[in-house]
Amino acid sequence: MGREVSESCVESLMIEMVSSYCDRFYATKPELAARRIEAIGYQVGHQLSERYTMERPRFSDHLEAIKFICKDFWSEIFKKQIDNLKTNHRGTFVLQDNRFRWLSHISLDPSPDGSDTSASLAENKVAQAASMHLYFPCGIIRGALTNLGIPCAVSADISSLPACKFLCPGLFICGTYKGLG
Amino acid sequence: MPAVAPRSGEAIFASAEHVNAELFTLTYGAIVRQLLTDLEEVDEVNKQLDQMGYNIGVRLIDEFLAKSNVSRCVDFKETAEVIAKVGFKMFLGVTATVTNWDAEGTTCSLVLEDNPLVDFVELPDMCQGLHYCSILSGVIKGALEMVSMKTEITWIRDMLLGDDAYELQVKLLKQVPEEYPYKDDE
Repeated sequence: MGREVSESCVESLMIEMVSSYCDRFYATKPELAARRIEAIGYQVGHQLSERYTMERPRFSDHLEAIKFICKDFWSEIFKKQIDNLKTNHRGTFVLQDNRFRWLSHISLDPSPDGSDTSASLAENKVAQAASMHLYFPCGIIRGALTNLGIPCAVSADISSLPACKFLCPGLFICGTYKGLG
Repeated sequence: MPAVAPRSGEAIFASAEHVNAELFTLTYGAIVRQLLTDLEEVDEVNKQLDQMGYNIGVRLIDEFLAKSNVSRCVDFKETAEVIAKVGFKMFLGVTATVTNWDAEGTTCSLVLEDNPLVDFVELPDMCQGLHYCSILSGVIKGALEMVSMKTEITWIRDMLLGDDAYELQVKLLKQVPEEYPYKDDE
C-alpha cells in the first residue's frame, strides 16, 4: 500500500484552494475563479489517471474507459465506486455518487426561516458555493478522461443539492466529443 | 473529572480517515503550478501559499486539540516537540525533529527529512526563489496564533533547492496573554 495522509489534509487544502480563488484572487469574477479551479482539477486528474493506468492495456472503447473511471479510479480517490452509471449511447455519460465525500464535510446550510424570496436567495447562494467546490472534481474527471484519449466536457448537476443535505449526491455529466477521440 | 491522557501522533494518525498521499501531493502541486501561472511573481506565490497555510492552520488547530488531548504546554520547548511529534504525524504521517535551540529557548528549527508534499516534485529553473512548501510554515503560524503564540517562521533548508533536509526556523515573538472575559460581540 502506498503512502497515506489524513483526510483532513486533502479537505483543508481543497477548501482553502476554492476560497482563495473565489474570495481573494478573483472575488469579482466567479467564472474566472471557476475556470482556474477546474484547471487545477484537470491537472490532478490527468496525472492520476496516467499513474493508475501505467500497467494496463489500452481501453478498447469509451465505455471501457468510463467504467475504469467509475470503478478503479474513483476507488483510489474516494475508497468507493460510482454508484450509478447511465448513458444515452450517444456520447453522454452520467456518473452518480450517492454519497460524495467532498461535499459531505462542507456545511452548506441556508438560513432555515424567512420569506420565500430570501429562502430561494439563500438556496441560490448555497448552490453557487457548492458548485465552486464541484469544479475541482469535474476537472479531475475531465483530466482523467482526456488522458485516456477521450476529450470531453464535464459538468456537475447540483439541482438536488440543498434538498439532500445528508445524502450529498455528486452527479457528474460527461459529454464526450465523438469523432474527436 | 479525570484528566484525559494525551494521545500519541501515531495513535491519532492510525485512527484517522486516510486518503492516498498521491492525491494530496498532486493537488498541492497543481495549485502551486496554477498560482505560478496566475500570479507570475515567485515572491507573490510564496506569500499566497503562506497565507493559504495560515488560513488552514487557523482551522486545523481545532481538530488538533480535539483529537490529541494535549493540554497547555509548559514552555515553548514542549510546544515545538508537540508540533514535531504529534502535529506533523497526525496529519501528514511523518515526524519532524526539533534542533538548534537558541540560549533563550525561543527559537528552534523543525527538521523534516521525509515530506509527502514533495513526492514527484522537481523545480524547473524558472522557479528560483520559490519556497515550494510555504504552506507548511503558514499552517504552523496560523495554528500557533490560535493558541496565543505569535511566531515568525523562516525557511532555512529546502531539499528542492539542493539541501539535505527541510528546515523551518520557528521564532517565538511573543505570547499574547488571553483576555478574560471574552467580549460577546467579537
